[in-house]
Amino acid sequence: MPTSKRLYGNRLAILAPLATVVVLASLALAFFQAPIEADQGFSQKIIYIHVPLAITTLIGFIYGGICAIQYLRSGNPRDDLRSYTAIHQSLIFCIGALLTGMIWAKASWGQWWVWDEPTLVSFLIVFLLYCTYQPLRFSIEDPERQSRYAAVFAVVAGAFVPLNFIAVRLADPLIHPRVLGTAEGGLTNGMKPAFYLGILGALLLFFTLCRYEMANKHTRAQLKALKRRFGQDAPARAGRSSAPEVPAQ
Amino acid sequence: MSAPEQARATVPRSSQASVPRQVGTLAATRAVLGKELRLERRAPQTLVAMAIFSATAFVIFHFALQRDTLEGGLAAGVLWVTLTLAALLGIGRSFVADRDEGGLDGFLLAPVDRTALLAAKVLTLLVFLVAIELVAVPLFALLLLEPTPSAGQWLQLAAVLALADIGIAVIGTLVAAMAVRTRARDLITSILVLPLCIPLIIGASQASEPLLSAGTGGAPARWLAVLALYDLIFGLLAWALFDYLVED
Repeated sequence: MPTSKRLYGNRLAILAPLATVVVLASLALAFFQAPIEADQGFSQKIIYIHVPLAITTLIGFIYGGICAIQYLRSGNPRDDLRSYTAIHQSLIFCIGALLTGMIWAKASWGQWWVWDEPTLVSFLIVFLLYCTYQPLRFSIEDPERQSRYAAVFAVVAGAFVPLNFIAVRLADPLIHPRVLGTAEGGLTNGMKPAFYLGILGALLLFFTLCRYEMANKHTRAQLKALKRRFGQDAPARAGRSSAPEVPAQ
Repeated sequence: MSAPEQARATVPRSSQASVPRQVGTLAATRAVLGKELRLERRAPQTLVAMAIFSATAFVIFHFALQRDTLEGGLAAGVLWVTLTLAALLGIGRSFVADRDEGGLDGFLLAPVDRTALLAAKVLTLLVFLVAIELVAVPLFALLLLEPTPSAGQWLQLAAVLALADIGIAVIGTLVAAMAVRTRARDLITSILVLPLCIPLIIGASQASEPLLSAGTGGAPARWLAVLALYDLIFGLLAWALFDYLVED
């Protein structure tokens, strides 16, 4: 079986340093250049981490849904892998957004959890829904069916995300600072560069981690193929995995 | 009639007999729905369990909350938690008989649109939900609800129940079709249905809260619209995605 030399690594070699530089630059701007907010003081700085994480989470979940649609149309296992890694990484970012959101809530309202904060509550619901993605995959043995059902789940959940936000937001009085809506409400000019660079940094970090995970999966598949080529039997896996199997290129 | 004419007249009939007759989606839906209802009528299982569960849940809520009467938001919460969990029982049974007895394979072999199966299953679940609500909601009013709603409020509550039921039936069918092919069917059904139902429960309890409070408040139109939007979007999604769940 021919193995390709061109892995994901070469693009990773550009993406990873770029993500590092942008994330560090946005943090530097946030801590040293952006003004201290009058109301909340230093604790307001967490928005430069919290909001980018939250936005990236949502983009990641919806990207996972789009890849799932592509998988259902094409049947290409790579699309399934893309969808899987996007959802996997978004789930990790979602935990980050929830934790930073809780820290922010503690700092500005004095409580770790506030129910009348619609965005945070929406994130919890979305988190609970996507937590079922891995158990669902895990409970289906046939790999092809696993991918297909996971794709159906990813599309349904991707559509669920905006609907859930509408429902939760309508249910609660608005107290969350609208950082992006309402004509740039809340953000002064001094804060904007750090904020937008923060979003860019989180997105770059997200795609770097996705690529990294995909490169990992492909390398493993190639290693398995090489072992098979040199007469070794691929080691029998103990137990099943919820991750999609990729064919070696 | 001369011999060639007779031959011509018989040709279409014989060719018709060799090609399988195409059954319309509507007829197939009616057939599957009829099968489901007949099954439940001859060996009542799911409906009985759902009704008993609802009644027991009301008793449990009485003791757990230590309240003799409920009203407003608390009443809406108890009603919707009970109905959602009762629906979960029906959802869990939805495709089990078809898989165990080979009904699903039989359906897939038949030359009919797969949407018929989706429609029939959604309608079955809807019929089950309406049936247990006809028992559970009056029972709830009798046991726990203190200010009895007016006739107009009952009608509005029926509208809220219908809109929420459609959503639960669509989501339930989609998840049941997925979960029936997994190893941990019951676990997957519960953990998937509940988060997907949260927006429905938000809408339904917000809409029914004023109906269950003292006073003459009506259901806010905005929440009915949210429920209807949810039903519409998930209905379209289920229609688009169901084929992928029953492909093999």
